[in-house]
Amino acid sequence: MDYVIQTIISALSFGSFYALGALGIGLLFSVLRLINFAHGDFITVGGFALIVPSSAVVATMAIGSFHPALLLVCIVAIVVLLALVSYFLVFQHVQNASPATMMIVSFALGYTLQNVIVMIYGGRPKAVNIFPELTGQVQLSDGVSVQILQLVIIAVTWVLLIALVLFLRRTQVGIQMRAAAEDFRMARMLGVNGKNVIALAFILSGGLAGIMTLLFVTQTGVLTFRMGVPIMLFFFIATVIGGMGSLVGAVVGGYSVGIVSVVLSAILPEELRGFRDACVFILVIIVLLARPQGLVLTKAAKERV
Amino acid sequence: MIEANTPLLRKVRYFWPLIVLCLGLLIIVAIVDSTGDIILAQTLVEGLVRIVIVVAIYMFVGNSGIISFGHIGFVLIGAYATAWQTCCPYTREMFMPGLPTYLLNNSHHFVLAIFLGGVLAAVVALIAGFAIMRLTGIAASIGTFAFMMVFYSAYLRWSTWTSGASSVIGLPTTTTPWVGYAYAVVTITAAFLFTRSKWGLALRSSRDDEVAAKASGVNVFGQRLLAFVISAFFCGMAGGLFGHFLGMLTVDSFYLGMTFITLSMLVVGGMQSLAGAVIGVVVISVVIDVLRRLETGIGGFSIPSSSAEVGVGLILLLILILRSSGITGNAEIYWPFKRDVSSEGALRRQS
Repeated sequence: MDYVIQTIISALSFGSFYALGALGIGLLFSVLRLINFAHGDFITVGGFALIVPSSAVVATMAIGSFHPALLLVCIVAIVVLLALVSYFLVFQHVQNASPATMMIVSFALGYTLQNVIVMIYGGRPKAVNIFPELTGQVQLSDGVSVQILQLVIIAVTWVLLIALVLFLRRTQVGIQMRAAAEDFRMARMLGVNGKNVIALAFILSGGLAGIMTLLFVTQTGVLTFRMGVPIMLFFFIATVIGGMGSLVGAVVGGYSVGIVSVVLSAILPEELRGFRDACVFILVIIVLLARPQGLVLTKAAKERV
Repeated sequence: MIEANTPLLRKVRYFWPLIVLCLGLLIIVAIVDSTGDIILAQTLVEGLVRIVIVVAIYMFVGNSGIISFGHIGFVLIGAYATAWQTCCPYTREMFMPGLPTYLLNNSHHFVLAIFLGGVLAAVVALIAGFAIMRLTGIAASIGTFAFMMVFYSAYLRWSTWTSGASSVIGLPTTTTPWVGYAYAVVTITAAFLFTRSKWGLALRSSRDDEVAAKASGVNVFGQRLLAFVISAFFCGMAGGLFGHFLGMLTVDSFYLGMTFITLSMLVVGGMQSLAGAVIGVVVISVVIDVLRRLETGIGGFSIPSSSAEVGVGLILLLILILRSSGITGNAEIYWPFKRDVSSEGALRRQS
């Protein structure tokens, strides 16, 4: 029973993390039809911003040694800035191109960012230790102890989700964004400033990436220049399984992927555990075959003739 | 002479996009071969293998409009299938102890081994495609991606057949520039003929308007599956070529890095044209090679380390920003002479 509770909490925390990532991708996709493969690399850049730029083996903290509140603000600001700059310098110029081209552009951007990091920081992994108090265990009841960080991830996710929902439903710009996600051209005809809405989507997506940087780096304690790539793949899959362009879908997809992968590694027999990822991806294909438009259907996702 | 409307000239005109590409590559191969530079020859062979991969991907992606992230999975399957047949006769049991007795004790000729590698990839594509090709648009892309991940992680763990995370060493290095050229020409010809065939036409109609294509009686699922299987066959062969070029195989080399570099080549060249596929490979390979050489230093001048990769990324971005439909703009290289022989003939027949 204790093991079950621990697995559930671990599944929820993984799911929350994937849900946040999927939201970051889903926000951009809903207004721009862009699948941002550089999203994972935004997280990586945020992580490397914590330390002093040098190729030394031992990382020296720069922003990482600030007061936690200041640290949070700085990292989020840096990632948001990166997201905005990448919109104005890169994505703005290809926003009318085919989705395939935009996808490759975002990949090229991610590739460039990774190698800029290698150029400045060197290719070796670096150990960093932020918020050490969060990696400890907490006793929930007799025999059930979980990492504090897992609870923090779940809590942060839900705070952000509620804030995002309030923002999208209660504020003027939030409503404009939802209108643009529903039908971009129509929204523009009704007076929504397309450029602002897209820039806002980049800000929100960058902000989410900044917060995820801190959660992720606290968890792993290591910075590598490719660390954004594998998590990005899971975000991407979560977005598609949930239903492209639907924010509820992104959350549902994130939780499904996270929960399924944790549960699979808990129940698969020892000799098959290595094949967990293969099983996850076979499930992905099965889900897609059953619901090609994703688990959550949006009105905009239905193809019109 | 150009105005003459002979059957031969009409054929030349029809096959012109193909002839130009093959001749262009022939000139490049001949020049590199005559310099005798070994490092240059290596770059060339790698480029030729990439042409096989990218043209094979073009057959499916260019004609169906579905971005496939899965074709490197077929390259992986083909590469290992070939290694089972040709690799290291004396140490094969050490690397891959799980192979059936027949494969452990017999080696096939390089050409046969590569062909069978392609066949295995095609068979897998037929089975996987039977499910994945029912999807459309982005869902189909994710389906192919999931397929690649399944095979990647399975091959990584299946150590009795693939030697798992460590590498298989000792494949005969039989992929010379001319062998690579031969396979590139075969693949380009196949892609050209497929694109001009009725199946290619049907598939492109589904790319441009799926609903209209269905309404006109095109079996979209069947056409996609056909293209998927054919392109998987050539990707599988490319895997075999790649293994016999490097002389060793690791599962990790057939993963996201190769997926994205090949897709970038296709998109940079122009996703919907055969010429684009070839030109994309040539341009990006040249850019990579030049920057790598600058990094190691030429004549006392060198750029900082790993700035070559940054440069490649920036050039990719620049090309896509300036020409979002690729260098060729999705066009083929057509007959360059103004007077259109066949349409003139058609006019004469009408009057």
